Amino acid sequence: MEYFVQQLINGLTLGSIYGLIAIGYTMVYGIIGMINFAHGDIFMIGSFIALTMFLVLTSVLGFTFLPVVLLIVLIVSMLFTSAWGWTVERLAYRPLRGSFRLAPLITAIGMSILLQNFVRVTQGARVKPLPPQIQGGITLFEGNTETGAMVVQLSYMQLIIIGTTVVLMTIFSLIIARTSLGRAQRACEQDRRMAALLGVNVDRTISLTFLMGAALAAVAGVMFLLLYGVIDFYIGFLAGIKAFTAAVLGGIGSLPGAMLGGLLIGLIEVFWSGYFTVEYKDVAAFSILAIVLIFLPSGLLGRPEVEKV
Amino acid sequence: MAVVADNRVADSLRDAFIAALLVAVLGFFFLALRTEIAPGGLALWTRWGLWFTAIAIVFVVRLGLNLFFYKANRPAGAGTGRAAKIASKLPDLSGWTGTIMLIVAIVLPFIVTTFLPAQQRQFIDLMILILTYVMLGWGLNVVVGFAGLLDLGFVAFYAIGAYSFALLAHYLDFSFWMALPLAGILAAFWGVILGFPVLRLRGDYLAIVTLAFGEIIRVVLLNWYDFTGGPNGISGIPKPTFFGLEFGRGEGNFAAVFGLPYSTIHRFIYLYFIILGLAVLTFIVTNRLRRLPIGRAWEALREDEIACRSLGINTTNTKLTAFAIGAMFGGFAGAFFATRQGFVSPESFTFIESAIILAIVVLGGLGSQFGVVIASVVMIGGMEMLRNLGFLKGMFGPDFDPVQYRMLIFGLAMVLIMVWKPRGLVTTREPSAVLKEKKKIGADLVAQGEGH
Amino acid sequence: MSVITQETTVDTRSSWDLDPVLTVEHLTMRFGGLVAIDNLSFNVGRGEITALIGPNGAGKTTVFNCVTGFYKPTEGRIVMRHGPGRQKETVDAVTAGDGTWASSPEGAVFLLERMPDFEISKHAKVARTFQNIRLFGGMTVLENLLVAQHNKLMLASNYTIGGVLGLPRYRQEEKEAIDKAVYWLEHAKLIDRADDPAGDLPYGDQRRLEIARAMCTQPHLLCLDEPAAGLNPRESAELNELLQYIRRAHDTSILLIEHDMGVVMEISDHVIVLDYGVKISDGSADFVRTDPRVIAAYLGVEDEEIEDQPEIASLVVEALGEEAAEQAGIEVPANVDPAAVAELAESSTAEQPRPGRVHPGVRPGGMSQPREQGADRLTIIQGIGPVNERKLNELGIWHFDQIGSWTKEEIVWVGSYLAFPGRIERENWVGQAQELARKNKAGDGE
Repeated sequence: MEYFVQQLINGLTLGSIYGLIAIGYTMVYGIIGMINFAHGDIFMIGSFIALTMFLVLTSVLGFTFLPVVLLIVLIVSMLFTSAWGWTVERLAYRPLRGSFRLAPLITAIGMSILLQNFVRVTQGARVKPLPPQIQGGITLFEGNTETGAMVVQLSYMQLIIIGTTVVLMTIFSLIIARTSLGRAQRACEQDRRMAALLGVNVDRTISLTFLMGAALAAVAGVMFLLLYGVIDFYIGFLAGIKAFTAAVLGGIGSLPGAMLGGLLIGLIEVFWSGYFTVEYKDVAAFSILAIVLIFLPSGLLGRPEVEKV
Repeated sequence: MAVVADNRVADSLRDAFIAALLVAVLGFFFLALRTEIAPGGLALWTRWGLWFTAIAIVFVVRLGLNLFFYKANRPAGAGTGRAAKIASKLPDLSGWTGTIMLIVAIVLPFIVTTFLPAQQRQFIDLMILILTYVMLGWGLNVVVGFAGLLDLGFVAFYAIGAYSFALLAHYLDFSFWMALPLAGILAAFWGVILGFPVLRLRGDYLAIVTLAFGEIIRVVLLNWYDFTGGPNGISGIPKPTFFGLEFGRGEGNFAAVFGLPYSTIHRFIYLYFIILGLAVLTFIVTNRLRRLPIGRAWEALREDEIACRSLGINTTNTKLTAFAIGAMFGGFAGAFFATRQGFVSPESFTFIESAIILAIVVLGGLGSQFGVVIASVVMIGGMEMLRNLGFLKGMFGPDFDPVQYRMLIFGLAMVLIMVWKPRGLVTTREPSAVLKEKKKIGADLVAQGEGH
Repeated sequence: MSVITQETTVDTRSSWDLDPVLTVEHLTMRFGGLVAIDNLSFNVGRGEITALIGPNGAGKTTVFNCVTGFYKPTEGRIVMRHGPGRQKETVDAVTAGDGTWASSPEGAVFLLERMPDFEISKHAKVARTFQNIRLFGGMTVLENLLVAQHNKLMLASNYTIGGVLGLPRYRQEEKEAIDKAVYWLEHAKLIDRADDPAGDLPYGDQRRLEIARAMCTQPHLLCLDEPAAGLNPRESAELNELLQYIRRAHDTSILLIEHDMGVVMEISDHVIVLDYGVKISDGSADFVRTDPRVIAAYLGVEDEEIEDQPEIASLVVEALGEEAAEQAGIEVPANVDPAAVAELAESSTAEQPRPGRVHPGVRPGGMSQPREQGADRLTIIQGIGPVNERKLNELGIWHFDQIGSWTKEEIVWVGSYLAFPGRIERENWVGQAQELARKNKAGDGE
């Protein structure tokens, strides 16, 4: 029981990270109907920026008060990663808008390879460790150690991750639901040409979508860095695929769906590792993807599609 | 006029400035700063020189492009007219061009051994590699180019072919020629198994599920220690024999029987001819399939699936055959890969391989067999060339390792070529049946599959 | 005006009832809560041209999609027959069993609702075209016609194996397939475009190519979804010619959806009229054009729609006679004043009650006159026009709360009385009326 609860907490933490990345996939897919394959690598870039910024603050500028350091790291990482997201869209996807369907997917794959190897060349191929920054946590309940039960702990780190995710989800849902940008986004999702005819600046809306997606991926990158303490240039690939799985599982195009899918994938992965084998945890996640797509192609919260004849 | 010119200079300057600023922002955490593992944690290095150089280069290049290249108000990336015309004149492989290319391919190893004896091994190795990708490209072309099914996990079948042969050789002492057909059949079988549940999915979903399958296969190969050797892979895979003759030194081997002086190059030339033969077989079969009802059904499926169903075509079976035939050629190529390397491990079958093969098919021009050849030569040949650019060391100092930049440049090339020619190099379609006069079909009319 | 009083029951001696190639029985198709087709039954006569008409959204294309297997009907049976007669015993035998088809002494019988779409074309020999043309745009015209002969050619190529090996049998069959394609290209007047990509053809040619492609599957029944839509008069004439040729020279029956009444009336032997998923008329072109229920259905549509559909106006004119129409101010095809037409139609139908017509369900109770504060304006309810208001008043229905209290049975009765069953539920008159009644009450209270 204790073990189960502990795994549940771990799963929700990991799921929050996947969910944050998944939102980027789902927003971009919703608005331009492409899988932004490079999004996972944007997450990786965010993680690297956070690491470097952290070092700049602590070892060069000598900041020591951790909450301020983390806040600055988060904001800087979001800003710079957004710039990357914007640039990728501007250089690799915008010229291909309106071209045939496969072209942007191929450039996205190319962009993913490019970003990975850019980071590898400039920052080295070795993993970068960061010692744990936030330690301790709240002990939820203590099992009787004599009977072999264990302590269930919600670490501060996990608390921060889940809390940040909830706050950001709320903010972004409000943006989509209430602001004119959100309205423009939803209009572009429905019919891009019509939106353009009605005076929506489609290019700008799409750019902003990429910015927002990249900012959330940066947050996920910071969280990932703090949670695991090791990053390398390749983390974006697997995390990206899993986050995409999450987006599809939740129903692509749906923001709450992406979050729900992220949590589910996180839980599945953690429970699979906890109760079965660690080696096949990716197989479990991918199998879930295949099964969901086959039996529930529009995901959990997506709208079902009726075949038009 | 002067005002217009001034405007242009001012605009160009502004544009170049913005570009440079962007590079400054993007590069700050990657070029100017670098983290490195040091005793007692991470250390931070600064590389201001590199950062400023990058900014300066972008500024100058962008300014130059704006001032001298894009004379009018044309946006970057619009100057494709001439290239498109040249590309559309590219010939069809089944005609005399194909014959000439085949003759060149047959003669090439002898030219290399005669005129470039110092680098013969390297060259023949490269040609073998290119031909392997040509074959893989033609195999995947059946799935993506003809049937319009986006497959991001093609490497799975390559892996299944390679491991089939490796395992058959390891456990049952199969020789290459015995295992080759089995490898193809097994790959096709797995193509059907994996394909059956997923083929009703739409384009992008299909892509991601095939990607997932590719990864599943790799993870299983990686973790099934007892059977596949896990990350250590399987070594000691036999080399192919020439009608029972081995390519070794001494009595009863190839060189001795044919009275040739022994040379290691014989085996490489033999491998070259095996892959050439396999590639030609792939070409002949796929080319013929295209002119058969099944091939027409594939292309019709790519154009409009619903119309296909209204004409009594069983679309599931049709998709499955495309998947299975593509997988079969992937399996053949995999078996060849295993015998050439003498060793297989899961590391050779990562997603990046799938991406490279798909890039070759798409860059070549979907459905075009000639395009696959060009794209293979350009992408694979170009990538291998980077290994040999020793002079770059002279330019960037002895620490410069061009191999490191291979994948970086590969990714960049993928993006640039796609932006330059989204439809690939060969953009016309050959009709599969002609009544009076053969007319090529422009790419704008040809669907890319799943477009309904 | 005598036409109006014509008997509305179906003539069981009609050719399509005696020798139907296709029988649709009790077909119901629901999408979630929406009932697109409700208990629809009709026959398509062998060797005849049958037209399925009705206003937009009447469910015509849904019927097609059910017949050709693109949708699985919620309920109902769709029987396709090869060979003459109703073959009743075989049909019953197949229905009782689990199979999808059976051969009979006369031919064969297929239950289409049990078959997947591609088998309907392959075995039951039902071919179709699409409302928005679906050609293989990147393939040549000739290739399009060869794809249509896929199943025959697959057999000839020994499922590809013989073809890859280049066996002579396949070459022979492919030549025959090309000959057949040429035959249809000639009749569709497309022979000069054989080697052009289908996507390059003008619209009218694409329509004919789609029909030629469907004919290459050698269908017993050809289903055409609005074949004349968007054609200019010359293209329309070419299309008619092709259809007439198909009927004359091949034993292919044709079922078509069409908006162009000119085409329908000119070439159809049998017309079926749908409205909101329900059949409201079934008979010869002459019978249907004068059926009051058809006219009522067309006039029941909203004002904007009627202006969009000049064919309705022409139908009204034909039904009422030119003179009456002119008196009522109908100018065809100029703008129609729907209210005037409605009144006119009303006056001719209501004043002559149909003999012996019994409506199903229960007649709702009425009042001889409105309450003292005066009758409610029933036209506020969306779906009730001035005509219906008057018809309801005749029943003694004056107030929202009366409509709001209708039971299911009463709704059925009123639906039949107003001659558009199903619409009351669909437009939620009862709900609207309850809401309005509640507002009225609240207004009184203040």
